[in-house]
Amino acid sequence: MEIDPFVFRLSIFILSIFIGYYVVWSVTPSLHTPLMSVTNAISSVIIVGAIIAALAGDNLNVFQTSNIFGFLAIILAAVNIFGGFLVTQRMLAMYKKKKKDK
Amino acid sequence: MSANILAIFYLISGVLFILALRGLSSPETSRQGNLFGIIGMAIAVGVTILSVGNFSIGFLYLMVFLLIGGSIGAFIAFKIPMTAMPELVAGFHSLVGLAAVFVAISAFLSPDVFNLGSPGNIKIASLIEMSLGAAIGAITFTGSIIAFLKLRGIMSGSPIVFFGQHYLNLFLGLSLIGLIYYLCLNQSNSLFWTIIAISLIVGVFLIIPIGGADMPVVISMLNSYSGWAAAGIGFTLENTALIITGALVGSSGAILSYIMCKGMNRSFFNVILGGWGATDDKTKDNSKEQKPVKNGNADDAAFLMKNASSVIIVPGYGMAVAQAQHALREMVDALKKNGVKVTYAIHPVAGRMPGHMNVLLAEANVPYDEVFELEEINNDFANCDVAYVIGANDVTNPVAKSDPQSPIYGMPILDVEKSKSVLFVKRSLSPGYAGIDNDLFYRDNTLMLFADAKKMTEDIIKSL
Repeated sequence: MEIDPFVFRLSIFILSIFIGYYVVWSVTPSLHTPLMSVTNAISSVIIVGAIIAALAGDNLNVFQTSNIFGFLAIILAAVNIFGGFLVTQRMLAMYKKKKKDK
Repeated sequence: MSANILAIFYLISGVLFILALRGLSSPETSRQGNLFGIIGMAIAVGVTILSVGNFSIGFLYLMVFLLIGGSIGAFIAFKIPMTAMPELVAGFHSLVGLAAVFVAISAFLSPDVFNLGSPGNIKIASLIEMSLGAAIGAITFTGSIIAFLKLRGIMSGSPIVFFGQHYLNLFLGLSLIGLIYYLCLNQSNSLFWTIIAISLIVGVFLIIPIGGADMPVVISMLNSYSGWAAAGIGFTLENTALIITGALVGSSGAILSYIMCKGMNRSFFNVILGGWGATDDKTKDNSKEQKPVKNGNADDAAFLMKNASSVIIVPGYGMAVAQAQHALREMVDALKKNGVKVTYAIHPVAGRMPGHMNVLLAEANVPYDEVFELEEINNDFANCDVAYVIGANDVTNPVAKSDPQSPIYGMPILDVEKSKSVLFVKRSLSPGYAGIDNDLFYRDNTLMLFADAKKMTEDIIKSL
């Protein structure tokens, strides 16, 4: 009997939820805002679906309906990816430790 | 590129995303973590483009759109003031939601591209996955927009409730399930559009009854939704990176919502079903006869703090509104020169999003090892001379411990009343968001400083 590939994906999904659970509990509360902005950036990996949708179909007609939605999604996801990672970087750069001397 | 190699690359970027979150366990490792996230994203995007292998005119457009979106994102990221972080995150969530909807629409219109069957004959499992992804994405989209408008102040922060609201939501939710079922039976285009339309409405109705101070929960919840939407699309596209990321983001948002609810001692449903402001009119009415308060000025505050040996700063949303964080840091520097020991105490729900206060203090160059969470610092109030409460109110209200009738009873609070004296910077005596009077205002050891948080802090610096 063969296992449906869906079951494998479901396993990955469930195990990732557990990983997420333990990893996020170990995030220090003072970094909860960067956590939100970085999760926001990585969830924009949805752009891979957008790329596939945008580049599909024949080359002569680039703007079929489904391609257009793909391109729109690319713009939205790109805003998020760049915006999310850069704003996280900007925030994290501000967290400094006390200077030792004095 | 073979499908197997592709899947391995997606797995690698999934792992890098896990490391990105893992890095946030301490500020030292966090920057490296963010770099892992960026590499993971670059890998995912790169291999996807290679796997499609279509370098014709469409690729050119792809690059152009990527550049347009990227520049907009980068521009926002560099320009946005730190006080606007909650709005920014809400806005970004809405984009993820909408992107998920768009990808689901493409997949529905051209299923052949994603190997999901042909139009009108899509695999049932894929159909369920994509309609769930689209529905959750649409809810995230409109919900985040409402949250954005409320946080930005364009829309009133007070809860909007009307008769039968919850039943209407329930009905809409159930009808979504019914529609997805029918969609599986006849795969009609109009059903798919209806599902998206109803989900958009649900998103609005879900967020409008929630009040401004509950925004930390709302933002975390929408964060979680955007993750589940991504996971739904990940299942549709059979993409490991998306499934892993969706699960990570989904559980991350859920945990943050839980932490925020616990910080207010309220259940998740209690928050979702509507704000305090609407339900607790009673407590507002019986406002007691005007009790005397001790009214102080900047000189008094400066004198008190200069002669203290330890001061604890309690910042709240008011500090963010007044943009007082830089002035606050200067004041603390001046105090330190006088040999005063100063620390900061942060309540989990201070501000409008998780960790809001920490970011603002970090922006003002406050070292993060002087900033403490509620559990870490609460015992120190008993030994501290002055508590400087700037823009916070409900999170310090001792009624949460003493009065079982109070709507905030049981909420963990910062024990500022235990310090020798309390300085309250506030614009007026008005009660906080919960609409409850704060006993602290009338105590003998409390000095009220009626002014804008920033102005008062600057005045204190002058007197020091």
